[in-house]
Amino acid sequence: MAKVKGEIVVNTERCKGCELCVPVCKEKTIAMSGLLNSKGYHYATSANEDCNGCTNCAIVCPDGAITVYRVKLEAA
Amino acid sequence: MSQLLTREEICVPENEVYHRTCLLTDAALTYCPGCGHGTAHRLIMEVIEEMGLQADTIGVAPVGCSVLAYDFMDIDMQQAAHGRAPAVATGIKRLYPDKFVFTYQGDGDLAAIGTGETLHACNRGENITIFFVNNGIYGMTGGQMAPTTLPGMKTATSPFGRDTESMGYPLKITELIAMLPGTYYVTRQSVHTPQNVRKAKKAIEKAIQYQKLNRGLNFVEIVSNCNSGWKMTPLESNKWMEENMFPYYPLGDIKVPKQN
Ligand SMILES: Cc1ncc(C[n+]2csc(CCOP(=O)(O)OP(=O)(O)O)c2C)c(N)n1
Ligand code: SF4
Ligand code: SF4
Ligand code: SF4
Ligand SMILES: [Mg+2]
Repeated sequence: MAKVKGEIVVNTERCKGCELCVPVCKEKTIAMSGLLNSKGYHYATSANEDCNGCTNCAIVCPDGAITVYRVKLEAA
Repeated sequence: MSQLLTREEICVPENEVYHRTCLLTDAALTYCPGCGHGTAHRLIMEVIEEMGLQADTIGVAPVGCSVLAYDFMDIDMQQAAHGRAPAVATGIKRLYPDKFVFTYQGDGDLAAIGTGETLHACNRGENITIFFVNNGIYGMTGGQMAPTTLPGMKTATSPFGRDTESMGYPLKITELIAMLPGTYYVTRQSVHTPQNVRKAKKAIEKAIQYQKLNRGLNFVEIVSNCNSGWKMTPLESNKWMEENMFPYYPLGDIKVPKQN
C-alpha cells in the first residue's frame, strides 16, 4: 500500500499565533513555539514527523502562513 | 530508501500541495489573530486565481475592518463609502458588463448603514456578487452593537446584553434578500473548520460562475468571528460562534437556482 508523507513549512513572520491550526491537525503535528516572531507572536511549528499532508492546517489559517508538501512513499 | 526522505527532500516545489495564493499581496493582513476575514479573503482570491479571472475582476471594498481589502487583494479594486458598495458595484457592472464584479462587506456596512443599498441592488437583480462577512458586531470601531447582534449578546453599546424589547431583533438580512426575485443564488457559510472552508469555497465558486449567466444577484454570507469584539481567544470565539451564531444564522443554501 502506498503511504504518504507530508511536511509543513510555516512562514513564521506571517503567523499571528492564533492557534486555529492546532486542533485541526489529526496527527498532532503542530505546536506553538516558545520563541516569538518580530511582531511578538508565538508562532506555529511542526513538532513531529507524522504530518500526512492533508492541508487542514493551511486552509484554516487566516494569514495563509502554512505551505504543505506531500509525497507518496512506495510500499516497502 | 524513500521512507528516509529528509524534510529538505520533501519540501520542494513539485511536492507542494498547498500554498498561499499569489492573488494575495505580500502585505501583512491588518486583521486580529484568528479573524475570519483573512480566510474569507484568501478563499475568494484562490477561486479567482483558479478561474483565471485576475484581469477580469473588479472588487469593491467596504468600510469596516476590511476597508483595506484593496491592499491585500491583487486585483482591480474600488473602495466605497460606508454601506454604498452595492451601489458602486452596480455602476461598475453596468459600465463593464463583461467584468466579474463583487462587493466584500461586513454586517455593519451591509445590514446597518447600507441596508437600503443592499436591498435595492438585490431587488433590481444587479448582476453582481456580494460577499457578506457577518460577525454580529461593528468590529472596526471597537465592538458596538450591530443589527445582527444576537439577543443577550454583550457589546460596547449593549453592556448588559442586547435587550430585544428596547433594541429589537437581529436582522436576518440574508433570508430577507433571498425572498426578492432579483437574487439568484443565496447561501450562508462559515470558514472556521477545514470542512466549512471547503464548502465555503464551493459556494464562492458558484457565486462567481453564476454571475456569467446574468440572472441576478449572487449572495454569499460568511458567518464569522470577531474575537477582539467578542473578547475571546480565536478558538473560544469559533466555539461560541458554533453554539450561538449558527442556531440563529443556520448554515447552508437559502436559495438555489431552479434546475431547467
Ligand atoms: C458614514 C460613516 N459612519 C460611520 C462610520 C464608522 N464606522 C466605521 S466601520 C463601522 C462598522 C463596521 O462594522 P462591520 O461592517 O460589521 O465590519 P467589521 O469591522 O465588523 O468587519 C462604522 C460604524 C464611518 N466610517 N462612516
Ligand atoms: S497538513 Fe495535515 S497532518 Fe500535516 S500538519 Fe497540517 S493538519 Fe497536520
Ligand atoms: S493558523 Fe496560521 S496564523 Fe494561526 S497559529 Fe496557525 S499558522 Fe499561525
Ligand atoms: S476587530 Fe474583529 S473583525 Fe476586526 S480584525 Fe479584529 S477580530 Fe476581525
Ligand atoms: Mg461586523
